[in-house]
Amino acid sequence: MLLIHCPYCEEERPELEFAGAGEAHIERPKNMADISDEDFEKFFFIRENQKGLVYERWRHIHGCGRFFNAVRHSVSDKFIKTYKAGEKKPKLTKAEIEAVLPPAKNTPANEPVYTDGAKQKG
Amino acid sequence: MPNPARIHPLADRLSAGNGVILSPVESRERISLRADPTTAKALGTAIGLNLPTKPTGVTTKGNKSAFWIGPDEWLLIGPDNGSMAKALEKVGRQVYSATDISHRNTAITVSGAKAVEALNSGCPRDLSLDAFPVKSCSRTVLGKAEIILWRTGNQEFHVECWRSFSDYVWKFLVDATRSA
Ligand SMILES: [Zn+2]
Repeated sequence: MLLIHCPYCEEERPELEFAGAGEAHIERPKNMADISDEDFEKFFFIRENQKGLVYERWRHIHGCGRFFNAVRHSVSDKFIKTYKAGEKKPKLTKAEIEAVLPPAKNTPANEPVYTDGAKQKG
Repeated sequence: MPNPARIHPLADRLSAGNGVILSPVESRERISLRADPTTAKALGTAIGLNLPTKPTGVTTKGNKSAFWIGPDEWLLIGPDNGSMAKALEKVGRQVYSATDISHRNTAITVSGAKAVEALNSGCPRDLSLDAFPVKSCSRTVLGKAEIILWRTGNQEFHVECWRSFSDYVWKFLVDATRSA
């Protein structure tokens, strides 16, 4: 079973207590009524769905009930870091990432993507 | 004449064997309390019990207990006489919500040498004494049901669940007992 660190409960808890809630750090436009359909589409529907490190919202729904954010590797499903909702998107160091995702196993299935927003290959 | 007394959802049940004893907890007053942590002190004063402020925290005074469920959520359990709800009505000038869930929830005491094994057959939470010591609590899951688990002793737990799930939770635990 995958263990996820809840930043509010301050401990690792089993994945069955959590629910994913999509991409994080999407800012809701303040002038919603004025924006174009294209901009609304971008805000509402378009997601990165990146292979590699993804920033996501999660909810500890069967625990403290809180939403928080997490950095997860979408191929290996490993969580690099979790942090409270409202906190800035963290800049991860190579060492922080490699502590969870060892660079030794660079198989195609576990291709490391070190920087967020990096160009996707293949 | 119909009898207006409320029937306990697990009335007359008892299960013992294979190192696990299951017994229904008698009716209690239960309040789901939502409030900003800064008001916790005033609310605690009103009911005569400090609200826990740390994750998994439980505070007990006499037969009343308060459970930390989330950063702005507590469960209060006390004698079945409505006294906590009455006390909270008098707080005033604070933003909070206190919902009476006395009859939404019920509870089961799970005890015995194999209590942890029985619970862990449906609850993925780490129940070792290091990770979940006596007097700690948390909301978690048991099989398909959400529960609030409170460790009252090394080998004794209070399993709080919704009234409508209690038959499922009870039978799940009876099954778990057979293979624990
Ligand atoms: Zn939590």
